[in-house]
Amino acid sequence: MSLSIENLLGLEDVPQADINQIFDAAFSFREVLERPVKKVPTLKGTTVVNLFFEPSTRTKNSFALAEKRLSADTVNFSAASSSLQKGESLKDTIQNLCAMKIDLVVMRHPTPGSVKMLADFVNAVIINAGDGTHEHPTQALLDIMSLKEKFGQVQDLNVAIIGDIKHSRVALSNIYGLKTMGANVMLCAPPPFMPVSVEDLDVKVTYNVDEALEFADAVNVLRIQKERQASGLIPSLREYRNRFGITLERVASLQKPITILHPGPMNRQVEIDSAIADGENAIILDQVLNGVAVRMAVLFLLSGS
Amino acid sequence: MNFITKKTVTDSKMLGRMITRLSHEIIEKCKGIDNLAIVGIRTRGEYIAKRLAEEIENIEKTEVPVGILDVVMYRDDFRSKNKLPKLKVTDIPFDVDNKKLILVDDVIYTGRTVRAALDALTDLGRPASIKLAVLIDRGHREMPIMPNFVGKEFKTAPEEEIRVKVKEIDDKDEILLVEAKK
Amino acid sequence: MQKSTIKDKLLLKNGEMIDPCQEKIERQDILINDGKIEKIKAEIDAQDDYKVIDLKGLKIAPGFIDLHTHLREPGQEDAETIATGARAALAGGFTRVCCMPNTNPSLSTQESMRFIREKAKLVDIDVMPIASITIDRKGRELTEFGELAEVGAVAFSDDGNPVENSQIMRNALEYSKLVDKPIINHSEDQDLKNQGIINESIVSTTTGLRGNPTIAEEIMIYRDLRLAEFTGAKLHIPHVTAKGSVDLIRAAQEKGVRVTAEVTPHHLSLTDEYMHSFNTLGKVAPPLRSESDRQALVEGLKDGTIDAIATDHAPHTYNRKETSLDLAAYGMIGLESAFGLVMTKLVHEDQLSLIELIKKMTTMPAAIIDIELPCFKTGERAEFTLFDTDEWWVFNEKNIESRSSNTPFIGQELTGRVKKVIIGNKVIEI
Repeated sequence: MSLSIENLLGLEDVPQADINQIFDAAFSFREVLERPVKKVPTLKGTTVVNLFFEPSTRTKNSFALAEKRLSADTVNFSAASSSLQKGESLKDTIQNLCAMKIDLVVMRHPTPGSVKMLADFVNAVIINAGDGTHEHPTQALLDIMSLKEKFGQVQDLNVAIIGDIKHSRVALSNIYGLKTMGANVMLCAPPPFMPVSVEDLDVKVTYNVDEALEFADAVNVLRIQKERQASGLIPSLREYRNRFGITLERVASLQKPITILHPGPMNRQVEIDSAIADGENAIILDQVLNGVAVRMAVLFLLSGS
Repeated sequence: MNFITKKTVTDSKMLGRMITRLSHEIIEKCKGIDNLAIVGIRTRGEYIAKRLAEEIENIEKTEVPVGILDVVMYRDDFRSKNKLPKLKVTDIPFDVDNKKLILVDDVIYTGRTVRAALDALTDLGRPASIKLAVLIDRGHREMPIMPNFVGKEFKTAPEEEIRVKVKEIDDKDEILLVEAKK
Repeated sequence: MQKSTIKDKLLLKNGEMIDPCQEKIERQDILINDGKIEKIKAEIDAQDDYKVIDLKGLKIAPGFIDLHTHLREPGQEDAETIATGARAALAGGFTRVCCMPNTNPSLSTQESMRFIREKAKLVDIDVMPIASITIDRKGRELTEFGELAEVGAVAFSDDGNPVENSQIMRNALEYSKLVDKPIINHSEDQDLKNQGIINESIVSTTTGLRGNPTIAEEIMIYRDLRLAEFTGAKLHIPHVTAKGSVDLIRAAQEKGVRVTAEVTPHHLSLTDEYMHSFNTLGKVAPPLRSESDRQALVEGLKDGTIDAIATDHAPHTYNRKETSLDLAAYGMIGLESAFGLVMTKLVHEDQLSLIELIKKMTTMPAAIIDIELPCFKTGERAEFTLFDTDEWWVFNEKNIESRSSNTPFIGQELTGRVKKVIIGNKVIEI
């Protein structure tokens, strides 16, 4: 059993068989996470570099924990991209790392494509931990795994993604992953947050949140970045909440239960009401646990390639 | 790779007898079945473990807990192989602390799988003791590991392999000696 | 590249002469004496003291003119110099290039123009500077068009920066009538460009790269066309990329607006699909557009809306390109690969006839900047580019004479290749 991919740069080209394998392995690692000793020696002697060019708390911690649970040796390298602006080229940074004989690199960078560039230069396995507004494959995998856990299968599931789709790497990876797994996807956002020609990805598009909720078995609620208002894309957070927020009233008016996901961190009472985020149909904390398991699975399966 | 069968080592009938004999030996050596639990190593070990437990329950009229251990995460060779072994779930539905554990596998060869299994078991808690039961000991050990209960010792050449088939997944109970076709 | 100086009379035999001035192609022998055309005849017999070059299989055209070259000197000599840029031009068959003023210091003063002219005396090609429209290309105060034209400015441009303020643009166009030189405005509305890195399309959606919409170009072109009409001044639109822009220019030309336009070989050969590679070598301003835009550019060339092919040769050092896409510099080199690309994409795909193509690389750019082209007239200076229209080759690093090698065309298969350039009594083998 091996994955067909050598690096995890995004979900755009990852086949269903690979995703299923990652989920199978992730469910195995879930069992490890329930043990009193939550550690296995699987990646003993494997060196993983966590290369973060952008601040991250959740993803970084999740990867760090996954690596520790697998007994990998880890090196953390954080650099603001501003230091690169001062002259050192990304290639120099990458070649420097390469010379250290590492096995895996987990990389986050503010610019789309930077992770692919790393993969082109370095003889190591590369895992994308988010490249700008492009992809965030492990986040989408953990989202979809949580859906699979909840619903048994993802095929034919109706999933709505609501929020700032255009500036979201989570949304794009989810669209690719969900479509590969046979789900139906609807996107819901204010028009300036809807990416150009996104219908070409075989997704439904709406500006009406009630329509999205009506359609969906599950909704993935994206974080609204407060800077967007300042840059003139939407008039106010108040209007956003009124028009697009997953409010108690909206959910209560539905004639069905609806599963709630959120990649975090949440702006409570903006894109989602606390009562919904903490409610019985939210699987937001399962996502966090599955995040560690999925990352263990990806590290394990790619380290063997 | 294609394999040719060179010999039937044990047929279905003999395999049943082997299980019965091993069950008796286990009860005897462990001085009864208090705190006894059986853990099978995936994949074939799982089915052998369940049969041993069934047989012991028949003899002793008391239930024996059975768990399944997946040792892929503990193996030292997974990266040297061309293909990753498929990762499956470990399912041990009891507390291993202070248990007399019988670790079960179909064949013992180099001893590396058992080494990995011992690490995995000790990560799960602190058993009172661990004993090892196998159907076939085919020799060529690379680690100082000896099974406590052996169905049959069968000398093999390194290029040969022992195939244990169980009817639950292979339609048929039998043990074969096979060799890769050149 | 090998250069030799011919002391004797030079006889070019058996070449096929492509004359864009008279729009004819015919087999002619050409005799050159002391760098000047002495005789053009179907058959000229060789004499003992002639140096004879057999051009069998080759075509001979006037030297190419590039309206849009960045030579980087002064200021960024690590990327290119006038000397290295001139070699790159020769390698591409260009005997004259217009260099853009976005140097450091910029070409805003007579002094900086004189610096270029001094350096240009040392190279084989003609370097014709384009001066900036505003001082230091800041878009605020006009440069001295009259004084700058006097020292050789052939046009005015703040290339790289658009003139954003419409009043300044109006003034520039109006004032340019004094010297009757074209104003070349980099057409990208900076607000609408929205820090876009690639074309806004499904490709920007799936790569997550910031999109720069075609409307950013069209809006500014529309404004400039209206201002050109309003002022009656000469406007030249550089590196057109969008279908909408071609339509706007066509409509303006039909109304009689004095507008000309150019397109680059890279916008004719690549589309935004290239950016799926995330390769910084495909980052150019304006960006590579969609296939339908590319086709509209070809149509624009065919129906004459787009007058000229210009390279926008933009050398950058490795470290400005081998970085993440947001930090990488815009632009690619283009002189060396230009002819092969347009031959492959236009002539061999039956989009443009050879003579039409040659016009768009010789007489048309000459007309835009209002210079005399020697063409094939006796007594004129010899200034020819010789090429094989059917040679298949693979463009590679060895073909690059520029100090920089930022081009996505390494490894590109091309049909049509420049073989020699003749300037005066110098013969340069490419």
